[in-house]
Amino acid sequence: MNALALYGRYAMTSLRAQAQYPAATLMLTAGHCAATAIEILGVFALFDRFGPVGGWTFGEAALFYALVNITFSLADLLTRGFEVFGTDFVRTGAFDRVLLRPRAAALQLAGHEVRLSRLGRFVQAFAVLVLASHLVPIDWDAAAVATALWAVAGGVALFGGILILQATLAFWTVESLEIAHVLTYGGVQAAQYPLNIYAAWFRRLLTFGVPLACVTYYPALAILNRPDPLGAPGWLLPIAPVAGFAFLGLSLLAWRAGMARYASTGS
Amino acid sequence: MQALRPYLAAFRARFQLMLQYRAAALAGFATQCWWGVLRIMIFAAFYGVHAAAAPISLADAITYVWLGQALLALLPWVADPEIGQAVRSGGIGYDRLRPLDAYSYWYARTLGWMLARAAPRAALMALAAGLVLPLAGLGAWAWQPPPSLAAALLFVPAFALMTALGAAIVMLANIIVAASLNERGVNAVLTPLLIVFSGTLLPLDFFPDALRPFLHVQPFAGLVDIPFRIYFADLAGGAALQGLALQAGWTVVLIGLGRLAIDRTMRRLEMQGG
Repeated sequence: MNALALYGRYAMTSLRAQAQYPAATLMLTAGHCAATAIEILGVFALFDRFGPVGGWTFGEAALFYALVNITFSLADLLTRGFEVFGTDFVRTGAFDRVLLRPRAAALQLAGHEVRLSRLGRFVQAFAVLVLASHLVPIDWDAAAVATALWAVAGGVALFGGILILQATLAFWTVESLEIAHVLTYGGVQAAQYPLNIYAAWFRRLLTFGVPLACVTYYPALAILNRPDPLGAPGWLLPIAPVAGFAFLGLSLLAWRAGMARYASTGS
Repeated sequence: MQALRPYLAAFRARFQLMLQYRAAALAGFATQCWWGVLRIMIFAAFYGVHAAAAPISLADAITYVWLGQALLALLPWVADPEIGQAVRSGGIGYDRLRPLDAYSYWYARTLGWMLARAAPRAALMALAAGLVLPLAGLGAWAWQPPPSLAAALLFVPAFALMTALGAAIVMLANIIVAASLNERGVNAVLTPLLIVFSGTLLPLDFFPDALRPFLHVQPFAGLVDIPFRIYFADLAGGAALQGLALQAGWTVVLIGLGRLAIDRTMRRLEMQGG
């Protein structure tokens, strides 16, 4: 069985398990939807009181918000195994069992759990996307849709890379350190406003350090057909999400280095 | 005094236990610094275009953010996790055997849990945002002291009431956990309510003006918005006293509700485990 088919089987098993408790799964999804949707209230209140900022209206900001939240919801859905890696695998010694199986550890962890409740964030973000399309003229032609899907794919790769780095840290620290939340939840919070309102050091960090802007801000400019107010060249905007895949590649290298020095906790 | 001793002991035991989690406090502190910086940059961007539209000055908004990050752990985010464990494992049976008032005993422990999680983070944050930032020449982004002695003195009861009110809200959540055996549901409702209505998401006056009459009388306002505005004297004199009265009023009401609810719950409690 090739890796993709095996992953499909992992995912189906996880989905079937959650389908055993349909009411609980639905309630958790609704709860997650409500809990994550409140952020848009804050964005709306600020634009309502202050008016446009950095050349952006609320409708355009809603597109940034929707794009990063859709991206993160999918990444969050797929990477549970890496999120709980320190607590549930390294500390307990369960990772030894994973290593005994003749398959890549990263693949097994990716298939550990597909958490349906995380679609709650996707639902509210998609609603905001529809709202944004009503508030500002977005021409959803084939090119714009393709750019959006490509940006989401790059973004899922980027957030996946951050989660893999968080898991890699656990080879040294044993426990899962929640410091990575700074980059995941904190990254979502930062990227739901247009990049050009931030200070220069922060913009550089989000472009060259953790390339969040490459998977949200630049492709969103391409979708809106707007030039970058900061002067990034036009041809760069639609291809920027490739940075997300590069980040994922580097994360996987770090992961392999971490695996090489893994010592079981012995329990 | 003698009657209070067991409750003080419960408070102290929990407070000292929670202080042991240094790594968690440090990680929490780093995260809160980052969120503080992020929120301040967003505020600064909006103030940059139209500062006159804001209900408070940028310096006050920055102090509001740092104060909020420092005291984050003092807010009633979730039910006390130990209560859920005790209910499911049957350990709650031991609590019922103690010759103590059930509400006061849990309240003291909850208070210890909240204060111990907040104390180290608040101290670190005061050091970083109140001292290091001005020394680094970033005084404009710093956590400012209260503008007058009166504001500082008024903040003392405001802080005490904020803590008491927060613990009263956690107690209501605890009682629902004891009745329903699971904390997931109540936490899923409590956390979003807290973020919006306490003023954690934004100071309440930033929301559309039409909502003000409602936002300023609901209980969550006493957790963040009222005490913080008393701190930087946006609420002063009579308005500050009104704010304190609202905090005290809701604290009394919610403790009363909690006492009624705990009696009913405890009478019907079925012991789990064995």
